[in-house]
Order: sequence, then C-alpha cells, then structure tokens
Amino acid sequence: MLRIHDLRVSVAGKEILQGINLEINPGETHAIMGPNGSGKSTLASVLAGRADYEVLGGEVSFMGKDLLDLAPEDRAREGLFLAFQYPVEIPGVSNANFLKAAVNEVRKYRGQEPLDAMEFLALMKDKAKLVEMDPSMLSRSLNEGFSGGEKKRNEIFQMAMLEPVLAILDETDSGLDIDALRIVAEGVNKLQNEHRSVVLITHYQRLLNYIVPDHVHVLYKGRIVKSGGKELALELEEKGYDWIKNEVAQAAV
Amino acid sequence: MNTTEEYTVDEKNGEIDILDEVTSREYQYGFVTDIEQEFAPKGLNEDIVRFISAKKEEPEFMLNWRLKAYRHWLTMKEPHWQNVQYAPIDFQDLHYYAAPKKKITLNNLDEVDPELRATFEKLGISLDEQKRLTGVAVDAVLDSVSVATTFKSKLAEKGIIFCSMSEAVKNHPELVEKYIGSVVPYTDNFYAALNSAVFSDGSFVYIPKGVRCPMELSTYFRINASNTGQFERTLIIADEDSYVSYLEGCTAPMRDEHQLHAAVVEIVAHTNAEVKYSTVQNWYPGDKDGRGGIYNFVTKRGICSGNNSKISWTQVETGSAITWKYPSVILKGDNSIGEFYSVAVTNNAQQADTGTKMIHIGKNTRSRIVSKGISAGKSQNSYRGLVRIGKRADNARNFSQCDSLLMGDKCGAHTFPYLEASNKTATVEHEATTSKIGEDILFYCNQRGISTEEAVALIVNGYCKEVMNQLPMEFAVEAQKLLAVSLEGSVG
Ligand SMILES: Nc1ncnc2c1ncn2[C@@H]1O[C@H](COP(=O)(O)OP(=O)(O)OP(=O)(O)O)[C@@H](O)[C@H]1O
Ligand SMILES: [Mg+2]
Repeated sequence: MLRIHDLRVSVAGKEILQGINLEINPGETHAIMGPNGSGKSTLASVLAGRADYEVLGGEVSFMGKDLLDLAPEDRAREGLFLAFQYPVEIPGVSNANFLKAAVNEVRKYRGQEPLDAMEFLALMKDKAKLVEMDPSMLSRSLNEGFSGGEKKRNEIFQMAMLEPVLAILDETDSGLDIDALRIVAEGVNKLQNEHRSVVLITHYQRLLNYIVPDHVHVLYKGRIVKSGGKELALELEEKGYDWIKNEVAQAAV
Repeated sequence: MNTTEEYTVDEKNGEIDILDEVTSREYQYGFVTDIEQEFAPKGLNEDIVRFISAKKEEPEFMLNWRLKAYRHWLTMKEPHWQNVQYAPIDFQDLHYYAAPKKKITLNNLDEVDPELRATFEKLGISLDEQKRLTGVAVDAVLDSVSVATTFKSKLAEKGIIFCSMSEAVKNHPELVEKYIGSVVPYTDNFYAALNSAVFSDGSFVYIPKGVRCPMELSTYFRINASNTGQFERTLIIADEDSYVSYLEGCTAPMRDEHQLHAAVVEIVAHTNAEVKYSTVQNWYPGDKDGRGGIYNFVTKRGICSGNNSKISWTQVETGSAITWKYPSVILKGDNSIGEFYSVAVTNNAQQADTGTKMIHIGKNTRSRIVSKGISAGKSQNSYRGLVRIGKRADNARNFSQCDSLLMGDKCGAHTFPYLEASNKTATVEHEATTSKIGEDILFYCNQRGISTEEAVALIVNGYCKEVMNQLPMEFAVEAQKLLAVSLEGSVG
C-alpha cells in the first residue's frame, strides 16, 4: 500500500531524512521509534504533504499513486491520515462542523453522496462511543481549550470518522493517562482490518502492549538503521539507543 | 479620544441640537448656470449647489439647507485621525452633479466580462439578477421594475413611504424638512457637511405609527436605486410602535467611476419603534495594490429618540480601497437599545477603519457591540469604538466583543476602544481576541481532506456566525459566499 524508496528531505536547508526505505502492506502495523530529533515527525509530515519540506530525492507510492504528486487534501481523501503530535486549535469551528466538512469532502472524492445532518449525527455518536469521547466535546470548538489528552483522543475520534486506509499516529500515546491510553488503543485496534494499516510513532513500549506491531523500525539521524519484530521494541525499552548508535558509528568506520 | 469628529449632543438637556441654526444670508446673486446642462462643471461653489438643487426641482428649504451646509463645509478641515492612508483628495477636481446616466444595454450575458461572470457564479447570483446588475435587457415578466411595482402598492396600503430621496423632497417636504440633519447635522463632520451640500440621491423610508413593515425593504426593489451617485443620503423614520428591516447594498461586486463616496444615513426611532439596518458593502477595492479602488467615507447614525426603542446595525464590509464608517446609536429614550454587528474584511492593499459609537443618554439604556475584523494580504483593519455613558444614564449597560482574525503575517489588525463613563451605575464590559489562520491550521484542515479555500470559508463562517445570524436569511447565505470569494487566494 505504501512504498517509500530512498526518500531524502530537507528543512530550512538542512537534510533531515537521508534516504528512507520502507514498505507497508495492507493490514500491517509498523512502529517507528528513535531518539528525539531523528526525523520521525518529519517523515510523517512529508507523507501528509506539509509545505515547508523540500523533497531532495526518492519516490513514494501510495495505493498505486505517486504520493508526492498529490495535494495534501487529496492524500487525505485517498485514505492517508495523520494523527498530529501537536494538534492545532481552530476557534469558532465546532468539532462536529469540522468533521462534517471533512467527511463529506472525502465522500465527494469517492463519488459518494454527502451525509445529511441526521446520518452524520448518528455516525458521530457511534464513533464517539468507540473512543469513549464525551459528546459535549463534539459541539465545542475544535481542540480549543482541550487538555493534552483530550486533543489526542480527538485525533483518534477523527480517525474513526474518516476510516483511513493508512493511519500514521505521531506520539498519540504521549499525554494520555493510563486508562485513556487503553481506550484509545482499543479504538485503534477496532478500526484495523486486513485492508487498513497503522504506523505508530512512539517512544514507549506501553502503547505497543495494546497495539502489537508486526514490524519495529529505528529511525536515527534520518535513516532507518534497524528493523525487527515486536521484540525489538522490548530490547530498546531495556537497553536504550546507545547500542544502536554504536552500531551505526562502527558501520561508518 | 479623537477630537476631530464632534457630536452635537447636549449632555445637560440630553437633547440633540437639531440644526445649528447659523444665520443664513439669502443668496444675493442670481442663479446663472444653464439648467439644461447634464454635467456640472468640475469643482464646488455656491452656484454648483444651486445648480444641483434646481436640477432636482427642490423646494426652497432644501436649497437653503444645502447652502448652509456648504458654507459650513468651507470652514472645516478634512479629518486625518483615522488609521488609513491615501493621497490627498482635490475637492475642486470632482464633478458634483451628473444627470443619472443610462446604463449601457448589452444584448446577452456573453457580452459581460468573463471574470465578473465567474464571480457572479461563485456568489450564486441568479441569471436574472446577473442581467440586471450588468445591464443586460431583462424579460418583461421577471423585470425587477414590475416586481417593484407590486411591492410598492403593498407598502402603500399600509401607509409606508419608501421612495428615493429626491422624490421625498418633492412629495413629502414636511417630513424631510423635519428630519433631515436631525441625527447627522451638517456640522457633524467634514464629509457629512459635504454630503449635505451636494447629496445626489438615496432612500427615504417612513413607517407610520403602529405599522409593522411586512417585508424587508431593500434598495434592490427601489426603482432608480442604481446610480444614486457618490453622495448618497438616506433617511429612515420609524414612528411610534412601528418596525422596519432595511437592507442596503448587494453582494455582487459594484464598480463605479467615482472614487470618493461620502454617504450619510440617518435613522430616527420613536417610542417603541424598532429599526434593523443591514448592509453588505462590496465596492470595488482596487487592484492588488489598491489602485482605482473606491474611498468609502460614511456617516451613519441613528437616534432612539423615544422610550423602549431599538436600532440595530448589521454590516458586512468587504469592498472599497479605503473605508471609514462608524454606524452609531444615540440612546436618548429610556430603556432604548442599540446594537452593532459587523464583519469587516480587508485583503490585499485595502484599509478599513470602522467601528461604532454608542451614546447612552437615557436611563436603563443598553448597547451591544460585536465586531469581527478579518485582515488578509497586506491590508490594515482597525476597529474604533466609543461607548459614552452620560450623567443621566442610570443603569446603562454595554457589552463589546471585538475580535480580529489575521490571515498570514503581512496584514494588521488594530483595536481602539474608547470609553467615557460619567455615571457610576453603568456596567461596561469589553472583550477582545486575536486569532490567526496560519499554515498550521490550513495544513491540519488539508490533512482531513478539506481544501484550503474551503478551510478558510469554514473558519471564517465560524468566526462570523454571530454577525451573520443577524442578517435576513437569504442575505446571510449570499454574504457567506461573498466572504469566501473576498478571501480567495489570500492564504496558502
Ligand atoms: N521547520 C524546521 N526548521 C528547522 N529545523 C527543523 C524544522 N522542522 C524540523 N526540524 C529539525 O528536524 C529534525 C527532526 O525533527 P522531527 O520533528 O522530525 O524529530 P522527531 O524524530 O519527531 O523528534 P521527537 O521524538 O522529539 O518528536 C530536528 O532536528 C528538528 O529540529
Ligand atoms: Mg516528533
């Protein structure tokens, strides 16, 4: 579904991603870990189409299309979803209105009729239950005054509404309390099936206890320097990144 | 507080000085200008004022009033306290009278500028309306004139007068003489004085006692509404226990060869009367650098002269290169209410200095101000509001909400709230916020499948909801689209 080949990206003249290779098949769950500043969010943003990044080279195909050629909104309509590490606040636009616009845009793109108000409300109630979201949050302005954890939960609620084929969750676990983490993780699991894939960007093993990854990758200095199964995450939890950094340093010599 | 613009509110008596009755010398020289002439020569002098009045076949009182205004204008200086910049206007280089011109008649819409048509489409303006606005001949059945005729007879049944100012001066001189200048005297400010001297035309509305006007009065339905010229003068009188909702302007882009527009609007609400005045202003704002845009300098003021009366201004301002206007309410009657709801959009090189004044004179008077400024491009948008609570205004209350929305980081928003309270029992609340539609927010919307254009519309509509809700339904829908069109390409 997603194939990244030798992707190189710079921000403000600095090369952040230095040749990323990654393949994600339908139904798979991948975890991307790595030290602060290694380029995880950059990778997520580039895939989603953020403007500030300059692609220096490489290719990305998504659902058979050249992803880098698509406008950000079209990537979303094709089924790419990014749960932001830092979700923005939009004053004056209610959560519900915002999602109605989003859902109907995606439907239009897929040649479906827009949902009317009743259908939309029903869908929203249904999905709010999935992540145990307080219905009062739906009529509030998008993320405005939401707590850190509420914002994260709202991201997953939006994911539930939009039913993406590929969801990239950038540190969705950080800021969630212990119960919320479990609820949100269960929500993500319920949304997954053999056609839908998830990329989890995280620093901690605890999320991976709930959402078990098929593959774990370590991103370091703009490269995927190690990949493995779910046991790699456990190893990192135990040993930290130094041994990987050493391996990289050795290889460079 | 600015001092350039002065009220003639006499705080001691709580009265408005109706007209500053300065001695008016009778004009000693004969009137010489050829009355058949269609254009007055450039420049302004007493002969031009007489020429205009004669052309319009006005009664004596009107001419005298114009002349007094003109003489007063000569003593005044152009105000410069607004937060706007423009090249000096040469008032002797303008034409002050031109006979209403026949519009060029086109045969069909294909002859209309495609860019203009595209804008019409986006605004959802019907084909017939498009034809009317662009001067294409309209089929007899849907002719706006015939619509307007049935409309007029309905109003006449109720005793409502709704006509052009010129007609009113001729057919209802006693009403005009009684009320013109009673809210905005010609001594009020430079442009009000100029307008009083040379006003071209405008609307006149009189709602008799106890009558609720059964429909929205829209300039659209007033025959001769177009081409009212650059010095428009409107007078609305709501007699006791009456109600009227009045709509001015339209959402379609308005072009005009006159660069300077200085209108005056006066509203009088008697005991228990209510007047709602809604405006959509979409004058040509000029090109990206503001060249060729219209200067819109307006004086709008209403007086709640009777107890329990109410005046509500709602405006959506998207056009003009430079706008300054402060629709105001003088709350003279006890328990009277003044409201101001405004959305002012500036884009590219536009400059707007708008706001309101609420002058509390009577007891238990209440006012509410909701101002939503939107700045995009490299435009400047200023809110200037005055709340004045007079000595006798026991328990007066004001609530003001002034918000600014910035698109990008080259534009500016400024807020100048002034408060003058001389009664301790008054309550005044002021809230202000500034938010910005930055790349982050737009990217977030894009990531959810919402295009930038739609995202802007979504955010702007959310932001302006409170004001839009005040507009009559059909108008609100058009105004929403207008906002989106005005901001097109302003971000991203
Ligand atoms: N707009 C920018 N201008 C300059 N540098 C940037 C910009 N955006 C990202 N960077 C730099 O790129 C590097 C990678 O950042 P990124 O946010 O992708 O890291 P990360 O792996 O997500 O880190 P964390 O685990 O802390 O979230 C960092 O050094 C960061 O400072
Ligand atoms: Mg990050």
